[in-house]
Amino acid sequence: MTAVPLGIPRRLVEFTLDGQNAGVPEGSTLLDACRAAGKDVPTLCEGDTLTPKNACRVCVVEVEGARTLAPACSRKAEPGMTVLTDTERTRHSRKVVLELLASSVDMSTTPKVAGWLKEYDAKPDRFGPDAARLNEEPKVDNDLYVRDYDKCILCYKCVDACGDQWQNTFAISVTGRGFDARIAVEHDGPLTDSACVYCGNCIEVCPTGALSFKSEFDMRAAGTWDEDKQTATTTVCAYCGVGCNLTLHVQDNDIVKVTSPHDNPVTHGNLCIKGRFGYQHVQNRD
Amino acid sequence: MDLHFGDSKPTDEERAAVDALLGPPESAWEGAGDRSDADLRWARGGRAARERRDELLPGLHALNDRVGWVSEGGLDYLCRRLMVPPAEGYGVATFYSMFAVRPRPATVVRVCTDLACGGGAELCGEVRARLGPAAGVAVEESPCLGLCERAPAALVVRAGVPARPAFEDELGGAGDQRQPRPPRQSGFSGRGGVGEKTYVTATLAPAAPDTLTQAALTPESAPAEPPAALAVPQAGQDGLVLLKRLGTVDPTSLDDYRAHGGYTALRTAFAIGPAAVIREVTDSGLVGRGGAAFPTGRKWQATASQPDHPHYLVCNADESEPGTFKDRVIMEGDPYALIEAMTIAGYATGAHLGYLYLRGEYPRALQRLEHAIAQARARGFLGDDVLGQGYAFDIEIRRGAGAYICGEETALFNSIEGYRGEPRSKPPFPVEKGLFGKPTAENNVETLVNVLPILTMGAPAYAAIGTEKSTGPKLFCVSGSVERPGIYELPFGATLRELLTLSGMPDNLRAVLLGGAAGGFVRPDELDIPLTFEGTREAGTTLGSGVVLALDDTVPLPRVLLRIAEFFRDESCGQCVPCRVGTVRQEEALHRIVERTGAEAAGDIALLREVGRTMRDASICGLGQTAWNAVESAIDRLGAYK
Repeated sequence: MTAVPLGIPRRLVEFTLDGQNAGVPEGSTLLDACRAAGKDVPTLCEGDTLTPKNACRVCVVEVEGARTLAPACSRKAEPGMTVLTDTERTRHSRKVVLELLASSVDMSTTPKVAGWLKEYDAKPDRFGPDAARLNEEPKVDNDLYVRDYDKCILCYKCVDACGDQWQNTFAISVTGRGFDARIAVEHDGPLTDSACVYCGNCIEVCPTGALSFKSEFDMRAAGTWDEDKQTATTTVCAYCGVGCNLTLHVQDNDIVKVTSPHDNPVTHGNLCIKGRFGYQHVQNRD
Repeated sequence: MDLHFGDSKPTDEERAAVDALLGPPESAWEGAGDRSDADLRWARGGRAARERRDELLPGLHALNDRVGWVSEGGLDYLCRRLMVPPAEGYGVATFYSMFAVRPRPATVVRVCTDLACGGGAELCGEVRARLGPAAGVAVEESPCLGLCERAPAALVVRAGVPARPAFEDELGGAGDQRQPRPPRQSGFSGRGGVGEKTYVTATLAPAAPDTLTQAALTPESAPAEPPAALAVPQAGQDGLVLLKRLGTVDPTSLDDYRAHGGYTALRTAFAIGPAAVIREVTDSGLVGRGGAAFPTGRKWQATASQPDHPHYLVCNADESEPGTFKDRVIMEGDPYALIEAMTIAGYATGAHLGYLYLRGEYPRALQRLEHAIAQARARGFLGDDVLGQGYAFDIEIRRGAGAYICGEETALFNSIEGYRGEPRSKPPFPVEKGLFGKPTAENNVETLVNVLPILTMGAPAYAAIGTEKSTGPKLFCVSGSVERPGIYELPFGATLRELLTLSGMPDNLRAVLLGGAAGGFVRPDELDIPLTFEGTREAGTTLGSGVVLALDDTVPLPRVLLRIAEFFRDESCGQCVPCRVGTVRQEEALHRIVERTGAEAAGDIALLREVGRTMRDASICGLGQTAWNAVESAIDRLGAYK
């Protein structure tokens, strides 16, 4: 049985969402309200286990009386607000933001983006063949995971997961600024020289595949990665007594990666190096 | 928090630089060389050290001032002292353009290449060629240095302990009249990063290849800067309100300031009490002069009424808008006025500590303000008991380090707190959760100094100046193709033509950039625009921070637009996508059409419009939202690329 934390009762905030009356518990975001109402608002930097950073700006909505658009992921619903989620103005911004992103990074491994590009009629190619992008080889400096900066959209999720929101290791930060800003460990060195403890929680939250398991990276390179053939089995980690849930992703009878359910009240999707990467002994068949 | 620090060790100089700011480390936990028996038994540092995180920026300055760059060993030592994760320390150090994390020469020459300085890039190349690689001088192009009235401008900074003591600069005199710096008073150090100066600066404006090369090699021997009052063509004129003391008061003398009417406004404030001060400011109709035009009285009232304590006052002196230099001139020429105004603002809003966030490119303003604050403190105008009224107030100066975005109010808080200067999303607003998460009133320099005449002449008399909706006097920074560039004070409602006539308008005026890089262009046939918030809004433009940059028809417009785009691309913090990528795509498009017009440019102009609209609508802060304004107005109002 899963325990469902109820929390203290919250008042309902009533406001207008796309012309309909909406009521959400106090403290809910506009995105919560949209999801409750079954509206599809695209999001990239929003994460279910993290405080939204509202950096990507694809979830912008129109709030009546506001000069600019508001990020649905972090703007709290207020009584009496009038919110429009699907207007020419919001669609235009989402389209151009998707174009700007897709013109500067490789989004081929980002779930749902292909569909959004189509839905919003985004044409990332129109900035020309010389549009600036990173063009950097993936960084492989350890056996556990790979950093592919070409896919990084600077959503800050890995920074937050490594820092004060979950892991408290603070091994990664945003460095530089503007278009040259990048995620890096101290002194922009290799991961092995850094404070990283290889918990892999940054991979867990990465929305684009810029951070990936070495196993997945190698299989993709070899052309053997096939998500359709994979099964996911959730079990309990056997290393210590905390009882974290592990989801084993198995392809052809081999564990290819380990994740953790985000709705687990103990781990919220986080693991340590042993639970996340210490599975080789399971498939040691000698 | 179990922080991991690498093996890099600081050099003796780096250790000394950090220890001069923070004091010697108390234990091996904090980076002391020798481990004592006690270190094996209990840990030190922890929360107490982490609460000093706001000394990260002063610490980075200490390293940079002493050795010229921020090395791995130096940064790790600083981070260990403050219990800041090294990755975050690195993220902060790489955010500011005045710091380098790769070795560079101790002397850095920053040559302004911005709007008013036009030919700075050529000057840069010339000086670089003359110095040659052996000179050990780094020559960098820099965004606006705020010396637009004396363009082209350059700033030389030499790190390291100077061969001879630094000199207090002039009051307009030649080098041989300079007085040695008075010894620093004890008890005046620590927080705020006021230590013995370990670096030399020389400001050259106008800079020529000869003088700049000379100054780069021996910054100590550079000629003294002309007095600040020279930037005020109206200096000494009757009827000035904000600039009345400029040129007549000695900016280094508290007594002279008092002899010129100084501190009467503060006495009035104490006599009527904080609530009445806020009422006066509200009734005066004063609105913020930084560009957003928010009513100051309302901001103060909202801060004062917050139940959460402490309250903070922040003076935004990070004037970095290209073409803006009014705050610098006030701080250099009348520094006590700002200190008095901050004291009044602190009193009204219930703050006991005011932060003065000064842009890093203003060494003379820094020196003047440090001196003035020390004097005010010594004489009881700041401190535990201001003027014997039982009100405690003090001011800490924070030096910025080259980041335009830190002028955004919430980015400024992050910068002071020792984080990257990225803007926060609003709400919550600063009056509720500002600096250190506490209620904060933030005003820029010009807004604050307006409070003095409000209190001395009374709200009704002040409100009678200007127009009904834009009250009071206004400072304008006039630069570019005019005969007498400088700071002008006019009552709101004067027209652009009147202002340009005062400053000597060229016959072949092509356009005027109003409000700076984030503002907009107007045509020579639009000079009757009244200079008020409502008047400029009606005319489809903005007053912004008071920039009036005149361009005659010899100035190549596409180059100017490209420079504006380059500026925003450089200064974007990189947090949100519309600004981070949008500013790059904008610059690329302008590059493509720099020599093109008409149908050939149409496709890229359409693209610019779409990207610009998204930046305006979806960026987190004002930088991204306004980055397209000037280019758009050049296309629409000036017919650029037609």
